[in-house]
Amino acid sequence: MYRILAREDLTPNIHLFKVEAPLVAKKARPGQFVVVRSDEKGERIPLTIADWDKEEENVTIVFMEVGTTTRKLALLNAGDSIPDFVGPLGRPTEIEKFGTVVCVAGGFAIATIVPIARAMKEAGNKVVSIMGFRTKDLVFWEERLGSVSDELIVTTDDGSYKRKGLVTEPLKELLQETKVDRVIAIGPTVMMKFCSLTTKPFGIKTMVSLNPIMVDGTGMCGCCRVSVGGETKFACVDGPDFDGHEVDWDLLMNRLRAYLDEEQESLKLWEERNKALIS
Amino acid sequence: MTEKKKINLNRVPIPKQEPLIRRRNFNEVALGYTEEQAMEEASRCIQCKKTGCKVGCPVDVDIPEFIKAIQDGDMPEAVRILKSKNSLPGICGRVCPQETQCEMTCNLAKKGAPIAIGRLERYVADWEKAHPEVIERQKERVRFNGKRIAVVGSGPAGLTCAADLAKLGYEVTILEALHVAGGVLMYGIPEFRLPKDIVQGEVDYVKSLGVEIRFDHVIGKIATVDEILEDGYNAVFLAPGAGAPMFLNIPGENFSNIYSANEFLTRTNLMKAYLFPEYDTPIKVGRKVAVFGGGNVAMDSSRCALRLGAEEVYIIYRRSRVEMPARAEERENAEEEGIIFQLLTNPKRFIGDEQGRVKAVECYEMELGEPDESGRRRPIPKPGTEFIIDIDTAIVALGTRPNPIIPSTTKGLELTRWGTIKTDEATGRTSKEKVWCGGDMATGAATVISAMGAGKRAAADIDAYLQGKS
Ligand SMILES: Cc1cc2nc3c(=O)[nH]c(=O)nc-3n(C[C@H](O)[C@H](O)[C@H](O)COP(=O)(O)OP(=O)(O)OC[C@H]3O[C@@H](n4cnc5c(N)ncnc54)[C@H](O)[C@@H]3O)c2cc1C
Ligand SMILES: Cc1cc2nc3c(=O)[nH]c(=O)nc-3n(C[C@H](O)[C@H](O)[C@H](O)COP(=O)(O)OP(=O)(O)OC[C@H]3O[C@@H](n4cnc5c(N)ncnc54)[C@H](O)[C@@H]3O)c2cc1C
Ligand code: SF4
Ligand code: SF4
Ligand code: FES
Repeated sequence: MYRILAREDLTPNIHLFKVEAPLVAKKARPGQFVVVRSDEKGERIPLTIADWDKEEENVTIVFMEVGTTTRKLALLNAGDSIPDFVGPLGRPTEIEKFGTVVCVAGGFAIATIVPIARAMKEAGNKVVSIMGFRTKDLVFWEERLGSVSDELIVTTDDGSYKRKGLVTEPLKELLQETKVDRVIAIGPTVMMKFCSLTTKPFGIKTMVSLNPIMVDGTGMCGCCRVSVGGETKFACVDGPDFDGHEVDWDLLMNRLRAYLDEEQESLKLWEERNKALIS
Repeated sequence: MTEKKKINLNRVPIPKQEPLIRRRNFNEVALGYTEEQAMEEASRCIQCKKTGCKVGCPVDVDIPEFIKAIQDGDMPEAVRILKSKNSLPGICGRVCPQETQCEMTCNLAKKGAPIAIGRLERYVADWEKAHPEVIERQKERVRFNGKRIAVVGSGPAGLTCAADLAKLGYEVTILEALHVAGGVLMYGIPEFRLPKDIVQGEVDYVKSLGVEIRFDHVIGKIATVDEILEDGYNAVFLAPGAGAPMFLNIPGENFSNIYSANEFLTRTNLMKAYLFPEYDTPIKVGRKVAVFGGGNVAMDSSRCALRLGAEEVYIIYRRSRVEMPARAEERENAEEEGIIFQLLTNPKRFIGDEQGRVKAVECYEMELGEPDESGRRRPIPKPGTEFIIDIDTAIVALGTRPNPIIPSTTKGLELTRWGTIKTDEATGRTSKEKVWCGGDMATGAATVISAMGAGKRAAADIDAYLQGKS
């Protein structure tokens, strides 16, 4: 069992857990993930390692409530335990001195891009970060990402805070105005797709962190297969980071929708059974 | 000569669930002998002086001796004899391919009626489970000898090696990637062939010997083999199986609802998708399912698909019935349940709908040519024979390869050209000091009992090495 040491609600439906996991903390690298199982009957789901502390022996995860497992997790508090917490899985993000690196993140992924931006900065890069939200109320960690970036741009879809629009707009301007050596984009699939489309004409290598459905997370099942450069890859062991210009985005989105009916059925059942808890 | 007259050639059949009923449930197909049936079958054993049976068992079970104990009605003794050589008898009795092992070499096999050794073994193991007081009586903890062993993987190879070393006084820790122990026994072989509480009962037995199991430990990620050794373990036994799935490499293979057998079976067995939505993990099985392959894994996948509600399930195999690698018994079970065998057929491409879900597979007919390296006749496509089968789910059951996670993170471990770890068969030694290997990772996909045999030999060699005997 893995004890939750602290919980923080970053927005009403995005939560942060600090989880006691000494061995995972010892080995974690930016861009890696854990597979979590919420209870005996639960599904195994992947969540990115948002931070870790070797000395304090803990690992931070940040997740958004979307379906049964993340809703179940959201009911846990500091002092509760998570039965399974497997990691660190996947290949770490490639960190090198590239020159100028643009880190783009949307939604829950703001948390997961912080260690990457930090590592990029420590490697001697100039780091420009762009964070996008739907609206002002959902903004979190502006300071935290700012503190590991040389420059920070914040957008909201509705213009309720800072710059109005999507993250792709400032990204495009940066590419036009300055010399960018690498782009990292993490967030919802569509956002990563459009960031990749934006950078493609400029020929700037753009790494994305793919989020296909997974089961084991160790290369055993093939559920997480994605197509990159025309080749089938297993995101859990060959990724999750891939060159966004080579990714077959439509395939990824189709495969993400494979269990839509079942996900809804499962959530409905869970909500009925837990009316008391969630009201 | 007088002996011969007494030989009884009537093997006692094992009761089974009726095909029309069992094809819709996940309960065990074979129901096991009753006491009378077991006694009757055991009584057929002529207690040969020159035993054939033993030669065929990779873990040297004292077959005539345990059968004698059944004949004498001394079940605790039968349990003791069995378990002294085989820590997982309830599993072996169910899934060993006895017809090519102990039962093939039984002296009565020549007469067409070998003793049903596997069924008797299962009977003894189930008897023990129903009489837990016996386990208590037999439990004897050995004194810790001061040496610690790490076993990577809790499949049959790992469990057997761990049990044998624990019996010798070693402190054994199993490091397992998944959240349960058992390997393929839990995630691959379905409930209706090998009930999971039987597997867990035998895992509990291994734990009762003092073996500790740590879950969620993906070796190569959370720690490397070298780090385990630095941690003070005196030896490491690698038994991570051959878990990486192979695909057909034809167009359309990534459409939704196309599964590797590993994924399909893991969702179904390990994650209990057949109990969805009571359990959270879903699985998709529409009306028509195609399974590609001809081995045990294909049989298990097709039979699971049927039980999950499919109306028509095809096994699509490129050779003919005689070349099928699946056990005869499982093939018959599948056919009885109504699985459709589409033989001498190979897929060319998958066809999807607008949402990227598989909706059909295009196949062509094959014919058999000259024998290939494997000695089986090589299948050759017949041009112009393309035809389409409508399906809503496909399961690719072509076999597995070794997962590179451990080899790629361990220094000084030599591999074969198939990616398995180079291992001395007799001892389990690898090219790396203090590291042994066995099971599917050493041999490529094989059997439960051969993995157990490898675990046993490695345990003996690790002991010899650490006690300075070799
Ligand atoms: C390597 C990796 C890292 C990830 N890191 C994070 C993270 O740090 N924080 C976080 O909140 N989420 C992360 N995800 C996504 C997370 O795994 C899914 O949100 C989770 O599986 C949903 O489970 P559920 O049971 O709550 O919802 P489900 O009932 O399974 O799904 C509900 C909805 O979420 C969508 N969905 C299902 N699975 C995924 C998926 N894998 N990715 C995206 N959408 C999905 C479905 O289409 C559906 O609309 C990551 C995914 C991967 C592969
Ligand atoms: C569907 C199916 C049906 C079968 N039917 C039969 C049958 O009827 N009869 C028969 O004799 N054989 C059968 N087999 C074959 C048999 O199950 C295998 O040969 C046997 O299980 C191999 O044992 P093993 O101990 O080498 O590995 P496995 O059983 O594969 O166990 C390996 C274990 O190691 C763990 N592991 C892997 N990587 C790591 C890592 N990096 N760190 C930590 N742990 C790790 C895995 O999670 C797993 O638990 C079948 C196989 C399948 C897939
Ligand atoms: S372990 Fe398998 S091969 Fe050995 S006697 Fe038992 S059934 Fe036969
Ligand atoms: S060879 Fe057959 S008949 Fe003879 S002892 Fe063995 S099981 Fe009994
Ligand atoms: S999640 Fe199973 S292979 Fe990647």
